[in-house]
Amino acid sequence: MATVPQTRATAKAKDAATTKTTRRPGRFNTSNVLLMGLLFVVSIYFLLPVYWMVISSTKTSGDLFGTNGFWFGDSFNLFNNLHNVFTYSNGLYSVWLLNSFIYSGISAVIGTLFSAMAGYALAKFVFKGRNLVFSVILGAVLVPAPVLVLPLYLLMSGLNLTNTYLAIILPSIVSPFGVYLTRIYAQGSIPDALLDAARVDGAGEFRMFWSVVLRIMSPALVTVFLFQFVAVWTNYFLQYVMISDPNLYPITVGLATWNSSYTSAGAQQYVYSLIVTGSLLSVLPLILGFLLLQRYWRNGLTLGSVVG
Amino acid sequence: MALETTPSRVRMAAVATGRRRRTQYVTRRAVTPYLFLAPFGIFFLLFFILPIFYAVYQSLFRSQRSGLGLGAPTITFNGLGNYHDVFLDRSFFEGIARLLLFGIVQVPIMLGLALLLALILDSASVRFKSFFRIAFFIPYAVPGVVAALIWGFLYAPELSPFIKGLAAIGLHVDLLGGNTILWSMANIVTWEFTGYNMLIIFAALQAIPMELTEAARLDGCTGFNIARYIKIPIVAPALVLTCILSIIGTLQLFTEPQVLTQISNSITSTYTPNLYAYFTAFNNNNYYYTAALSVVLAIVTFVLSFGFLRLTQRQSGV
Repeated sequence: MATVPQTRATAKAKDAATTKTTRRPGRFNTSNVLLMGLLFVVSIYFLLPVYWMVISSTKTSGDLFGTNGFWFGDSFNLFNNLHNVFTYSNGLYSVWLLNSFIYSGISAVIGTLFSAMAGYALAKFVFKGRNLVFSVILGAVLVPAPVLVLPLYLLMSGLNLTNTYLAIILPSIVSPFGVYLTRIYAQGSIPDALLDAARVDGAGEFRMFWSVVLRIMSPALVTVFLFQFVAVWTNYFLQYVMISDPNLYPITVGLATWNSSYTSAGAQQYVYSLIVTGSLLSVLPLILGFLLLQRYWRNGLTLGSVVG
Repeated sequence: MALETTPSRVRMAAVATGRRRRTQYVTRRAVTPYLFLAPFGIFFLLFFILPIFYAVYQSLFRSQRSGLGLGAPTITFNGLGNYHDVFLDRSFFEGIARLLLFGIVQVPIMLGLALLLALILDSASVRFKSFFRIAFFIPYAVPGVVAALIWGFLYAPELSPFIKGLAAIGLHVDLLGGNTILWSMANIVTWEFTGYNMLIIFAALQAIPMELTEAARLDGCTGFNIARYIKIPIVAPALVLTCILSIIGTLQLFTEPQVLTQISNSITSTYTPNLYAYFTAFNNNNYYYTAALSVVLAIVTFVLSFGFLRLTQRQSGV
C-alpha cells in the first residue's frame, strides 16, 4: 500500500491543509467567477425540467395551460392532484408504484447476491475456465440491454411467460456489470490470509461467504444494488414489451399509457396534471436513494472508472 | 514510470505467493468456485445467451397464410430469406443511418460537456462542488419515460413556457416537426446522461496522482494547460470507452421516440430500428421478421463498437 502513488482522492485532507498557504482559492479571481457562472448556467439547464415538474404538480389543469410555466398558478392544487393520482381508475397508480418496487427490489436483491457470488469466485479462486468466464462477462458489459429486449420477448412468449412478474424479474437479475464491479472489489479488499485463517478454523466455504465475505464487500454491494434497482425502475422497453395487463404495469409503462390515453381519447386536460404529478412521485424514491447512499455509490463509480 | 512499475511488481509477487499457498486447497475445493458461479452463470445462459440463439433460430422461419388469409397460418422454414429481406429493407437502414447521424452529433456534444464540467469541478478553486455534482446527476434518476414526457410538455406549443415566450416576441418555433424532432430528442438524451458521464470522468480525474499536477503547477503551468497536457490525455481512454457505450446506446433508442410519437407526427413506426422491430412484432404479428431485425441490429451494434474499440486502441499504440 505504501508504494501506491498518492492520488488526489486520498490526499484530499492533506491538500486542504497545504493549499491554503501555497495558493489561495481565488474568491475574486475573474476566471473563477466565469467558471462558476458557467456551472450555474449549466445547472439551470439540468434542473429546469425538474423545477417545471415540481411547479406544475401544484397546478390545476387550467393553470397548467393558462399561467406562466415557471411560476405557481393561481391556486395551490398539489394535494388535490395527489389525491387524483391515487384515486384515478380505482387507484391503479399505487398498484404501479408497488409493481415498480417489486420488479426493481427483487431483481436488485437477487442480482446483487448472484453478482457478489460470481465476482468473489472470479477474484478469489483459481479454476479452469476462469479467464474465459471473465472475458465473456467483460464482453457482456459492453452489450446494451435493449439489444436483448425483443429476443427476450420472443423467448418468453415461446415459454408462455409474457405478462407475468417473472418475465421482468428473471432477465433483470442478470447484471454483468455487477459481477465486474464485485470482482474488482473482492480482489482489492478481501485478504487471502483472512480466508485461509477461517478455513483453518474449519469454516465452510458458504458460511464464510455469508459471514465474512459479504460483510467486507458491503460498500460494493450497495453500489451494485442501487444501480441495478435504478436500471430496472427507469427501464421502459422491456416492461412495455412484456406486460399488457395494466395491473402488472410498472410506473414507467403506466405513465406512458396515461400519456397516450389523453391523445387518443380526445382532450381530457386533467390527465396532464395526473401525468405531471405522477411523474414527480415516480422520481422521488430514486433521488432519495441516491442522496442517502451517496457516499457508497460515488466510491463504487470511482472503482469502476479507475480500473476499467 | 518507476513509480508505476514498483507496486505492480509487488502485487505480482503477492499474487504468486497467494497462488502457491492456495494450491493445497485446490483439490478439496475444486468444485467450490463453480458453485459460487452457478446461480449467475445459469441466469446468464438462460436470459442473456439463449434469447440471442433463439432469435437466430426463429429468424429462419416465416409464417404464411393461405391465399385468402383465412385459417391458421402455417410456419415454414425460410432459410436466410428473412435476412435477404432485411438487407433490402430501406426503412431499417434509414433508421440506423438516422441514429448514426444522431450519435455522431449528440455523443461528442454530451461527452464534451461532461468533460468540461468534470475538469471544472476537479479544479480546486471552485465552490459548491457537491451542489453542482448533485444538480448535474439528478437527471440520471429520472426514468427515460418521464424525461421524454416532461421535455415533451416543454416542446408542446400549447404548454411550453419556452415556445410561448418566444412566440410573445414574434418567434415561432416548431420543436416537433420533421426537421427538428431528431435534435429535440438529442437534447433529451443529452440532458439525461451528461451528469452520469461527468461523474465517471470526474472519478478518473480524481485518481490522477497528485505528484503530476503538483509538479506541473510548481513549474508554472496554468490550470488550463494542466487540463490540456496532463488531465485530458490521462482520462482519454475512459472517454473512448464512454464514447463507445454511448454510440451503442444511441442505436438502441426506443423510449424517447416511442413516447414522443404521442405528440409528434414526424416519428414514424420505422423511425428507429427498435421501434421498427417492435412494430413488426406487435402490429404486423411477424415475429420471424422481428427476430431477423433484432439479430441484424445486434450484429451492427457489435461490429461498430468493437471496430471502434480496435481503431482507437491501434491509434494509441496499445
